[in-house]
Amino acid sequence: MAHNQNLRRLKDRSAGHVMGGLTWVAATLVIAIGLALLARAQPLLDLQPLGSLLTSSEWSPLRGQFGFFPFIVGTLAVTLLAMFLAVPPCLLTAIYLAEYAPARLRQSVKPAIDVLAGIPSVVYGVWGTLTVVPVIRDYVTPWVSRTLGFIPLFRADNPTGYGVLAGGVVLAVMVFPIIISVTEEVIRAVPFGMREAALALGATRWQMIKTVVLRRARPGVIAAVVLGFSRAFGETMAVMMVTGNVAQIPRSIFDPAYTLPALIANNYGEMMSIPLYDAALLAAALVLLIVVLIFTIIARIVLAQAIKSAA
Amino acid sequence: MMKINKHLEERIMKGLMVASLALVVGSLVAILGTVLAKGLPALNWAMLTQTPKGGYYLGKEGGILNAITGSLVLVAAATALSFFPALAVVLYLHLFAKHNRLLDLTRLSLDVLWSVPSIVYGAFGFTLMLMLGLRASLLGGIIALALLEFPVMIRTMDEVLLMVPHELKEVSYAMGATRLETAVRVVLRQAAPGLLTAVLLACGRGIGDAASVLFTAGYTDRMPTTLLRPVASLPLAVFFQLGTPVPQVQERAYASALVLTVIVLALSLGARSLTRRLSRHIIH
Repeated sequence: MAHNQNLRRLKDRSAGHVMGGLTWVAATLVIAIGLALLARAQPLLDLQPLGSLLTSSEWSPLRGQFGFFPFIVGTLAVTLLAMFLAVPPCLLTAIYLAEYAPARLRQSVKPAIDVLAGIPSVVYGVWGTLTVVPVIRDYVTPWVSRTLGFIPLFRADNPTGYGVLAGGVVLAVMVFPIIISVTEEVIRAVPFGMREAALALGATRWQMIKTVVLRRARPGVIAAVVLGFSRAFGETMAVMMVTGNVAQIPRSIFDPAYTLPALIANNYGEMMSIPLYDAALLAAALVLLIVVLIFTIIARIVLAQAIKSAA
Repeated sequence: MMKINKHLEERIMKGLMVASLALVVGSLVAILGTVLAKGLPALNWAMLTQTPKGGYYLGKEGGILNAITGSLVLVAAATALSFFPALAVVLYLHLFAKHNRLLDLTRLSLDVLWSVPSIVYGAFGFTLMLMLGLRASLLGGIIALALLEFPVMIRTMDEVLLMVPHELKEVSYAMGATRLETAVRVVLRQAAPGLLTAVLLACGRGIGDAASVLFTAGYTDRMPTTLLRPVASLPLAVFFQLGTPVPQVQERAYASALVLTVIVLALSLGARSLTRRLSRHIIH
């Protein structure tokens, strides 16, 4: 019996060690990914420091020039436009779901939002090329260039429809689910008593939301937006299918753009045949990883504290 | 006057909210509608049952069976590969680890892992393949997809285990069971339906992902046979066919997108209904 007891304890302890080891591996996997990419990017970084890679605009792999600047600007342009388009409807939807919607409506909308989150990015890309790009080409571009064409940001030199705006629209829809679900969770964490106090003072529902709920939930809402941003920043296929992929700095929302993830995905074929090309593409992946890491860590820490302090 | 204003504001804001909700649901309907309307006319039996014949990419006959099979094989193997490590990590976090800052740090790190873009998993998978001397192959694709699915699996399983009542574990400990015995005989049994959901969700994420298999799995017109040869996948079939200038081939891309969407939706609906059906038998 005593022997049996020891065996059981031994099994328990060794299982604990194995599982603990795996947990360590999982917890440090991000760092391992970063180091592996860094090791592969090193030959290029030895020749050109990261700072100059990021700020140089010259992209000609055959001459050994790898400037990421146009791609970084392209990624930022598409991502920021997507956030600009996505954030207002997402916040309003989340507020509606958390504060107004009857339980049955909420229960039928939530699965729809889950489905939206599960749609593969190539399918978003197909939708983009079939619907978003033609609408931009046939309606938005002509109309905007007639009415607002004098503003440089809206100048329509590119009649194809493939560009920053198309990428922004597709990405905006792709980040709907994450922004809505995180925002709704944060809003729900605001204690009930505070709402009742505001309502008892004669506030309408919206006044109560504006003055109590949103003020209280603000850090969490910002975190939701940052999470959406980092999700959008790394999105590859859908964006690549609708932005036109021209390595230049976009000047208007109709100009084509080339994002960092698209750069990696489009050129993997040639990267082993040109010297330092693989190092450059893996350096691009490293830059992507670092940006997403920083944004996600900030968002998660803010979010954890926001939910803790709201409750 | 003041009173009218605040009620007007309430009305306007509520109207905007309903409009936003309609926009969100409407975009889902628009996406599914577009894929269905464009994909269904182009879909036929040959597409689902044949591999590409000579001249397929110029509009001649053949199908995408290579990509459908390739995707299923990739995802099944990747899911199997990431299931047990993910389960071990989650059980460790819930039963073995002491609650401290290290645990919070681990959770943070797993959250970060979840948001790593899939192209980065592809790039990392590629560096692993260079290290191992592998070329674009089924094995490479499995590794990249397993990495991608790993955090999805952990996060869903974590939520499942959070639902296991604390008392259940305490009863088991009080009976003299060790942590491992509690994990295997009590917690796992209670969490089984949820674990299945986690598996289906991870499959759904894996099967739809193109960026991670792009340079790890490659693409081929043949059926997958060995681990060391390239393998086709559905998302890449969509992408490559859409990229050709031939209209018939582009239409096949829409049909392939429809097939992919149906598989992903089936997985997500399956996960939902299984959770509901199986959770009747667990203790609440």
